[in-house]
Amino acid sequence: MDTDVAAITTVFTEFYYWVTVALMFLIHVGFCMYEVGASRIKNHMHTLLKNSMLIPLVTITWFFFGWWIYWAFPGGPGITGGIGHPDPSFAEAYTPWGESMGPRLDDRISGVFWAAFLLFAWTAASIVSGAVIERIRKFAFWMIAIMIGSVTWSIDAAWGWHYSGWMVELLGYHDAYASGVIHAIAGGTALGVLIVLGPRLGKFAADGTPRDLLPHNPWLVCIGLFMIYTGFWGFYVACNVPVATPDFIAGQITGTTQTATTIYLTPTTLSAITMNFLMSLAGGMLAGYMVSKGDAFWTYSGGLAGIITASAGNDLYHPYQALIIGAIGTFLMYKLHYWVERTFKVDDAVGAVAVHGYAGFIGLVIAGFVLWGHPSSPYEGFAAINPVGNFVGAIIMFWVLGFIPGWILAKILQTFNLLRIPREVELLGLDFGSMQEADRARKEVTAAELAAHSSG
Amino acid sequence: MSTTPVDTWAVDLADVTFIYPWVGWEGVMAIVAIVLWILWHVWQCRFENNTYKEDIEKHATSENLRKATSGEI
Repeated sequence: MDTDVAAITTVFTEFYYWVTVALMFLIHVGFCMYEVGASRIKNHMHTLLKNSMLIPLVTITWFFFGWWIYWAFPGGPGITGGIGHPDPSFAEAYTPWGESMGPRLDDRISGVFWAAFLLFAWTAASIVSGAVIERIRKFAFWMIAIMIGSVTWSIDAAWGWHYSGWMVELLGYHDAYASGVIHAIAGGTALGVLIVLGPRLGKFAADGTPRDLLPHNPWLVCIGLFMIYTGFWGFYVACNVPVATPDFIAGQITGTTQTATTIYLTPTTLSAITMNFLMSLAGGMLAGYMVSKGDAFWTYSGGLAGIITASAGNDLYHPYQALIIGAIGTFLMYKLHYWVERTFKVDDAVGAVAVHGYAGFIGLVIAGFVLWGHPSSPYEGFAAINPVGNFVGAIIMFWVLGFIPGWILAKILQTFNLLRIPREVELLGLDFGSMQEADRARKEVTAAELAAHSSG
Repeated sequence: MSTTPVDTWAVDLADVTFIYPWVGWEGVMAIVAIVLWILWHVWQCRFENNTYKEDIEKHATSENLRKATSGEI
């Protein structure tokens, strides 16, 4: 920062990512409101704490190993390169004792960049949280949160959301705003866990007909979803590099024109993603309203699903394309949600598998067709975006890194009786004991006040 | 006993790198933090199991179960 221009560029970039982190906090506030609103009164505080405590746990494990994984595994390892491919100095610097993991005056970006990725990790874990409410043990959920937040999402980001990721290089995988690397993997993980965990007591009738366990507070659910929309702005902006020179990119781009880029260092603009974010939100809400026949929960969820479906290509789509793609993804994920619920008796309490998993998967597949032939990278030798590459990528995200690890970990936890809460506790409600304590305390205070009033 | 790498600001900032204390002890700090993290989970798992056990012993009467499932509580 020895010149004014260098100082402005550095501090702007530092501030840019810092703002995204603050905005992305709102995603988590939204998820908490949404989950508490969807749970019954007898489970509120447990539901809130289950989600909130993933914040410290994913944060410290992201510090211990999540961030290192991202920089260590872009090459597989062993597919296009070894550990640390293409520049092992990054992986070395981001070990938990690494030289870029603490305050230093000659590195003003690592901390905020680390934090932006961490907030993505919270989001991935939080998506799973909503699906499993009212019957999972906290210990079990936090193990699952650490797995997806600090291990599997980090691996998928290294593979498919890194300028040298092997999926980008060999498959032409394109997922600029994380349809797959956050949403499909989280939906797949949630589905794997749900199949082992089983439905809430009373969710299905004896003949298998699903029952509605209605939200305690539909207002809170909808405001929570609105809050997630707000935080999603930070998420989108954090997926970009705000300004890069062709020299910095060091690829095939010629000339001296600077640009914003995606995480792949492919050029885009903040304007492009802003228009497409809003148009895909609009497409999702319109389709959600229509397919659910005016249901508020699915209309708001449709907005999210619209954005998530279009996210893979929202750096490049025309806004009309974002609108239509958002609507298609929302329509399909809604239909799939109820089909899976009826057919496989899966109790996804908030529709997380559908909104994030199915919409993300569908978005990747659509992007492969719509963006067919567009360069996936500014570097020579990388495959162009194509339908097969993105379809294979969708399978890797949803099934290989999402469903399978979620199912395996849930099975292990179940083996040790650490997955599901005891039946009696589920019937009483997870907050029963504390609610009884609170009731007793209130009665004592009331009695004391009445006694004081009588003696006075 | 100073443990900070910066003992004066009468320097050219271009020459300053680390500004936190205990530079060189990052590996030890990481091990301590990881051990504390694992111990926290061990404690939490036991605490949660005991909480469920106590809840069942104290509250899982047929009357409470009836009230809880009918929404009276």
